[in-house]
Amino acid sequence: MMQKAQPYLMILPSLVVFALFFLYPIGYLIQLSLHDWNFISPEMNFIGLQNFQQLFADNEFKEVLLNTTIYTVSSVSVTTALSILLALWLNKKGLLYTFLQGAIFSPHVISLVSIALLWMWMMEPDYGLLNWALNLVGINGIQWLNAPETSLFSLIVVAVWKGLGFNTLIFIAGLQSIPKTVYEAADLDDASRFSTFREITLPMLSPTIFFLVIINLIGSFQVFETISIMTQGGPINSTNMLVYYIYEYGFQFFKIGYASAAGVLLLGIISIFTAVYFWLLSRRVHYQ
Amino acid sequence: MILLKRSFNIVGLLLLALLFIFPFVWMVSTSLKTLGEAMTFPPKWLPEVLQWQNFAAAWNSGPFLQYLTNSLLVTGGILILQFVTVVPAAYAFARYQFRGQKVLFALIMVTLMIPAQLIFLPVYIQMSNWGLLNQAWALILPFASSAFGIFLLRQSFKQVPHELIEAARLDDASEWKIMWRVMVPLAKPTLITFALFSFITHWNDYFWPLVMTTNNDARTLPVGIAQLRNTEGGVSWNTLMAGNMLLVIPVLFVFLLAQRQIIRAFTYTGVK
Repeated sequence: MMQKAQPYLMILPSLVVFALFFLYPIGYLIQLSLHDWNFISPEMNFIGLQNFQQLFADNEFKEVLLNTTIYTVSSVSVTTALSILLALWLNKKGLLYTFLQGAIFSPHVISLVSIALLWMWMMEPDYGLLNWALNLVGINGIQWLNAPETSLFSLIVVAVWKGLGFNTLIFIAGLQSIPKTVYEAADLDDASRFSTFREITLPMLSPTIFFLVIINLIGSFQVFETISIMTQGGPINSTNMLVYYIYEYGFQFFKIGYASAAGVLLLGIISIFTAVYFWLLSRRVHYQ
Repeated sequence: MILLKRSFNIVGLLLLALLFIFPFVWMVSTSLKTLGEAMTFPPKWLPEVLQWQNFAAAWNSGPFLQYLTNSLLVTGGILILQFVTVVPAAYAFARYQFRGQKVLFALIMVTLMIPAQLIFLPVYIQMSNWGLLNQAWALILPFASSAFGIFLLRQSFKQVPHELIEAARLDDASEWKIMWRVMVPLAKPTLITFALFSFITHWNDYFWPLVMTTNNDARTLPVGIAQLRNTEGGVSWNTLMAGNMLLVIPVLFVFLLAQRQIIRAFTYTGVK
């Protein structure tokens, strides 16, 4: 009897943690989204789907969704493309290459707080390093974080800089798993470097590309730190994105139900990506 | 021709290194300047006299000893709890056959995909109901186990040869003893890899402490340092960068010491 219960007992503590802090809150979030509540009053008002209706009627929220989409699509596509190129370049043995792989990876282990503060300083319009560098090539006075035309772009720059190393290293691992014999065959056929890349490397790398794109999409939809530290969603809502919007409505305006409705929407988006991720994972397992 | 190509390559590599290392160098340089030196255009590359007092100024601008203590307490608490919850769970999944095994494992893996950014509102309300807001528990308990840790350690437990366990059983060792005395020492590299991953993740975390605390007594270093930018009458960039270094240096130091293992720990999340 004891013997049979043993494995369950061993998993129990972890299960309690996941149930209390991940699974139950998901249900609670959905419940909250159907209520009108300001956190302080003792009563929650059930209002059905009104929060969602309000959400989709809100122009500010439409901007937020658009910002999040622009931010996500551009940072993920630029990061993916650049990191494939970097992986091809840096996938070599030698001290210099090992050093460089470490150097481009280092932003990944450093707190986003530090990175946000550091880039805020470099993007300072009057004394910042970036405007100095641009000055050298005759470009003047970019407002980086202080103008609605450039602020979202500036956050994308930071995201790409931070994510490039991680993606490059995964692509290097992907490149190294391609069998050498395939390349030798291409060599015998006198294939050009570009056609080797297009006909062999890219298709062989495509599972890695899929996985990274999904992971990056999920991560990108949750952007918060850089907004909170560098722009607070401004100027004029130009960098406000989903998680920051939920945070604002929950913690500054105390519209818990409304913020939760936006949270449910985020849950939906992330669930779709996760489903695709697991679908791909199961396919890949079958292949092996 | 080949020589030309090679030198182009090296110049390119150095430029790339510069792009990633220079911001940190710039942070160090700014942290040692006077405010006047920091705010000149074109920039001054090096400070005239090293302003070490910037670090004291940053440290004294808030309860930084408290922040540091909280950061150590929270990160340490998470690591210890994860160790005692993850090891048995991973052992059960690796070494037992039981009903519902697959479903339970899938359930745990699903939690891996649920980000803190999704559930902070309901958890905040829960924590508030339990009276745990502004306490270290609110920052520790949600991370008291780790799906990623269970996954990683299960793999490594599975690789332990069966003969070793049989031999231990013949010696009359209990399951409990086999787990802690045989399996855990054998899985040490994996455990270290995971500990590094977890340390960096939670040491750096800003979102969860920001959301779960309103009180400086409960806040951690990242939140404390982010507050430095809210000074009256414009940001003191030199002090801010000095404060920033307090946050960067421990992690950068750990990274330089264990670069390979850390990269392995982080890239594992991506590949698998």
